[in-house]
Parts: sequence; C-alpha cells; structure tokens
Amino acid sequence: MQRTQISAWLGVAPAWFVIGIFGVLPMLIMLGISFMVADPYGGVEPAYSHEAYIQFLFERDLDDSLIFNPIYLNIVLRSVGLAAITTALCLIVGLPVAYFIARQPESRRDVLILLITIPFWTNLLIRTYAWILILTRNGVVDARLQSVGFEAGTFDLLYTNTAVLIGLVYSYLPFMVLPLYASLEKMDFRLAEAASDLYANRWRVAWEVILPLAKPGIVAGCLLVFVPSIGAFIAPDLLGGGKRMMLGSLIYFQFATARNWPFGAAVSILLMAFVMLALLVYARVNKGQGLPAGGH
Amino acid sequence: MKPAVEAKSVSKIYETAGHAPVKALDNVSLAIAENEFFTLLGPSGCGKTTLLRLIAGFEFPNGGHILLQGQDIAHLPPDKRPVNTVFQHYALFPHMTVAQNVAFGLRMLKRPQAEIGDSVRQALALVKMEAYGARRPSQLSGGQQQRVAFARAIAPHPKVLLLDEPLSALDLKLRQAMRLELKRLQRETGITFIFVTHDQEEALTMSDRIAVMSAGHVQQVGEPLAIYESPVNRFVADFIGDSNFLDGAVVKTAKGGALIKVAPNFLIETSAAGAAKGDKVSLALRPEKITLAQPVKGLPRGVVREAVYIGNSTTYMVEIDGGIGVTVRESNSLSGQSHFAVGDRVGVVVEAGAARLLAG
Repeated sequence: MQRTQISAWLGVAPAWFVIGIFGVLPMLIMLGISFMVADPYGGVEPAYSHEAYIQFLFERDLDDSLIFNPIYLNIVLRSVGLAAITTALCLIVGLPVAYFIARQPESRRDVLILLITIPFWTNLLIRTYAWILILTRNGVVDARLQSVGFEAGTFDLLYTNTAVLIGLVYSYLPFMVLPLYASLEKMDFRLAEAASDLYANRWRVAWEVILPLAKPGIVAGCLLVFVPSIGAFIAPDLLGGGKRMMLGSLIYFQFATARNWPFGAAVSILLMAFVMLALLVYARVNKGQGLPAGGH
Repeated sequence: MKPAVEAKSVSKIYETAGHAPVKALDNVSLAIAENEFFTLLGPSGCGKTTLLRLIAGFEFPNGGHILLQGQDIAHLPPDKRPVNTVFQHYALFPHMTVAQNVAFGLRMLKRPQAEIGDSVRQALALVKMEAYGARRPSQLSGGQQQRVAFARAIAPHPKVLLLDEPLSALDLKLRQAMRLELKRLQRETGITFIFVTHDQEEALTMSDRIAVMSAGHVQQVGEPLAIYESPVNRFVADFIGDSNFLDGAVVKTAKGGALIKVAPNFLIETSAAGAAKGDKVSLALRPEKITLAQPVKGLPRGVVREAVYIGNSTTYMVEIDGGIGVTVRESNSLSGQSHFAVGDRVGVVVEAGAARLLAG
C-alpha cells in the first residue's frame, strides 16, 4: 500500500517539478519583486513596498498627496481594445480558412495545415521587421502605388494603430486557425446536409449547426489569440513605434529601460489577474449551460 | 394524376482528376406515384443513392429532369424542395435535444411557435418517442435515434420522404420490427416514400413497387411479386433471391409456351413466348420451385452432391446426369428431417411455367 502510494507520487513528480520550476516559481518571484523597492541601478532592494501598485493608478504630488493618473489605465484599455479587435479579426479571417481546409481531401489538408504553421519557422521579430518594409512610406506597397501614379505616402500605415493591428493579426492568426481546424475537421458535415434538407439556407446552416459544433474550437482559438496579444510587445513596439504603448511594451519598458522592476512586475501581475478574471467569468457564464440550444 | 416524383433521362457523371469519369446514373427514367412506397434496390455502386441525392438536392444531374408533382426541381437547392430525408446514419444534431431536432425543419420554415409545438408532439407520438423530447441524441439507442430521425423528417409534412438505407445500422430483430413500423407510418402519414436499400428482403416486404438498379441503369420496375416471379434479366433474377441459371435450346414451341432442353434428359416447359425453335436461351429457375422425387423413369435423374440444413429448409446441390448442376430448396417435414442425403439418387420435378425465360 505504502509502496504503491510512493511510486504513484514518484510517477507524477516530474510533472510537479516542471510546473513548480517553470510555472509557479517565476510567478512567485514576480509577485515578490512587485512588493519591493526599485534599485535605481536596476534590480530591487529587499524592502517591502506596495508603491508599485499605487503608481499604477496615482501620481505623487510634491507634497506627497496622490493624484489620479489615468495614463496606465489608458494603456490597459488600449491593450484590451486592440486584443479584442485582433481576436475578432482573427476569428473572421480564420473561420473561413479553417472551414476551407477542413473540407479539402485528406491529403491536401495536411499540406495546407503545414503551410499555416510555416511562419513559425522564422523568428517573429524578423517577420515583424518585414511588415515595417511593407507598411512604411516608400515601402513595398507605397512604392508600387507611386509607380502607378499615386502620391508618395498614400500608403503609409507605419506607426499607427492599424499597423499594430495588422501585425497582431498576422502574428496570432495561426493560433486561431489551428484549434478551429481541429474542431471543424472532426465535424460530421453530413449534419450540414441534414440541416439544408430541413430547409436551412447556407447562413442558417452555418449559424445553427456549424458554429455551435465548432464552439470549442472558437473558444480555444479566441483565448489563444486574446491572451498573448494583450501582452504582446514586438508588434506594438516595432509597428506602433512605441508611441502606442501596450501592456506588453509597458512591462518591457519598465524592466529594460526605466529600471523600475517592481512596477514592471506589478503590471505583469495585474495583467495576469485580469486575464484570469476574464477566464473565470467565461467559465461562470458557460457553466451548466452546455452547448447553445437551437433557438427556443 | 401526376406522378409524385418523375425522373426523366437523368444522368449523373462523377469526374475525378486522374480517373476516368464514372457514370453513376445513365439516362434513368422513373415515375413514382403519389402515396407510393417505392424502393430503389441494388448493390452498392448501382446509382440508387445517387438518384436519391439528386431528388433531395444534395447533388445536381448532368442531364435530364427531376419533376416533383410536375414541376422541375433538378436545380433547386435542398432547402427549397419540399422533400425530406432520413439519413443512413441519422445525422441528428448532437447539440440539440430530441424535440429541438424534430422542430428544426419547422423552425427554418418560420412556422408559428404553437404550430411547431403541436407538430413536434404529433411527430414524436407517431414514432412513440413522446417521452424522450428533452433527451440528447447521444442518450438514445440506435433504434430510438432512428425513430427521432424519422420524426424529424416527417414533422414538416414533406411531399416526399427519402429514406437512405435507414435500417442498415440496426440489428436484425430491430430491423425486422422497423420494417413493419415503416410500412405503418407510410400508411398513416400518406406521404410518398422513396426507400433505398441493398437488402432484397427489406424491399420485398415493404414496397408497393421496386426499381432494381445496376450499374447506373434501372433493370426492372414492378411490384414485389412481379420482380421475384418474373425477373426480366439475369441480373434481376440473380440479385433478388437465388436462381439456377440454365442454358438450353428451344426444341418445340406451342401457343405461348416453349419446351427447352437444358440437358439430354432434362426438358423444361416455360410459359414465355417469343422464342423460335432452335434458339439458344437462358432460363432462371428458383431453387424452391424444384422438387425432388424418387428416381423413377421418365424424370430427369441425378445425384445429391451436397445437403445443407438451414432450419426450416434444406438446400441440395443436385448433379443431374449429363453434367449440369442445380440447387434445390425443400421445406423440411413435420419431424424436421431432411428428405434426402448426400449420395442419394433422385428424380427432379419442374412444374410447367416454373422457369423464366430471360431476355438477353
């Protein structure tokens, strides 16, 4: 009895070890740092302070009174907004793509899925630099437009929210397509035939049968796009020119440039808390409801 | 009266890259009467399912017309046709309850809520599934899912109901019970049924008329009795039930009948006309239409080479003197005993008119 318990524990020990070392421990360190005092030369001084969390919402006046400062809150809102739009765009683009791939003959499907994953083979940073060349004034697109008579700068999107959005959608689209494909590929398309036999036109078939059955994939895809894009910093930094700061770039900035580790850590913790809250709300809303019912 | 469904010279060709095009249906014409239980029967690949899918609208013909009560529907999408299908694997929506499944068609037709409720109740009552409205399809047995699939297809009161081998996934006992059930439902609803199957027994027991199909052609259309008793060609005779095929020559003809010699001492009288003396012909002869007797003089005689006991009957393989072999099926006697044993010499009795002269 004892022996089997010990061996059972030993069996799962590697999993606990990995989760502990790579998951829990770094988070605890972040949490610890967020409650310390910044060392102006980088790093932290081992003294307790919750100043970092105050700094997130308030500014200290000369006489030490707190003044509400919405600058970081704005960054949060912008990040959430951009992440939400990114997720929506990825879904709108990804759904038809995943559907198309799922309806191909099996041999062709594998090739197409491979093509979807090919961008991962190159570093995201390099791919994002490529977007600079595409989006900038006198860039790839702008130059072509000039050669057919448009004015220089007609197509100059670099350092705009649109550029950031394009970069984010580009970066995270595969994370949407893959789970969508996984759920659509399993789907019995004879159900779509049955629905059209029962007087559902194309749109009703999609709405009543295909989307509800693809829901697990849609949820997974949205999470996989929303969560990383809310903390993204490469696209906002390179394509938004750092002017349009997002949470990811803010955290990066605090650690690398401003040397305010506690504040960077505090923002990270807040970001994580926000994402977890969103997940909890989602789980709550869906609890016991099962799959959406057919309309009644 | 106009036929409920009419196929006029319908052709369907499947083209796949790198393969020769396949003619799934070649110039098929059929007329199915109002309120008929009509069966498309044939082996897999004969085109019966293709024809059903063309009527349902899942596929479109390369040529010809499909008329529903006189109106050409060949190029309407499935949701514009007042035709519903019971699918082979039921295709119930897993994310809906039984009641929502049955209500689906009516909801898409934008019927008023109260009417939908009534129709759903009626349809479920018809298949004796009233108590299961709140269940999910995954909580039902195969037979129950079958019933729900039927209720769902019948609820919008289609003009024609298409059934694509709906019983093939059920076990034997249930399948036999469902045959009677389907027949009852067809009577009670008064809807034209077009039933696709490869199971000849299913076709014979349920249908008003059967179309036997093979290789994209309709071989014969007729009532079960006519299909079984008077097959027009070798394919039909072979596919429906068992047949002995005997080749012979016409030795004598007389007013509507002919005497055909299939072995030196084996003459068979058929009722079919149109054959002239000396013609080489083929005969189909059902095993149960041959009786074995004592090897008395005057009868064609032979030896029992095999005797296979199958409960209610015994099948004998008899080698008739002169070389040809026939299969004979005899009902077993009261005691359950077979009448003959392997090695017995027997006489073979074939009543006049028992054999069919085959065309082609």
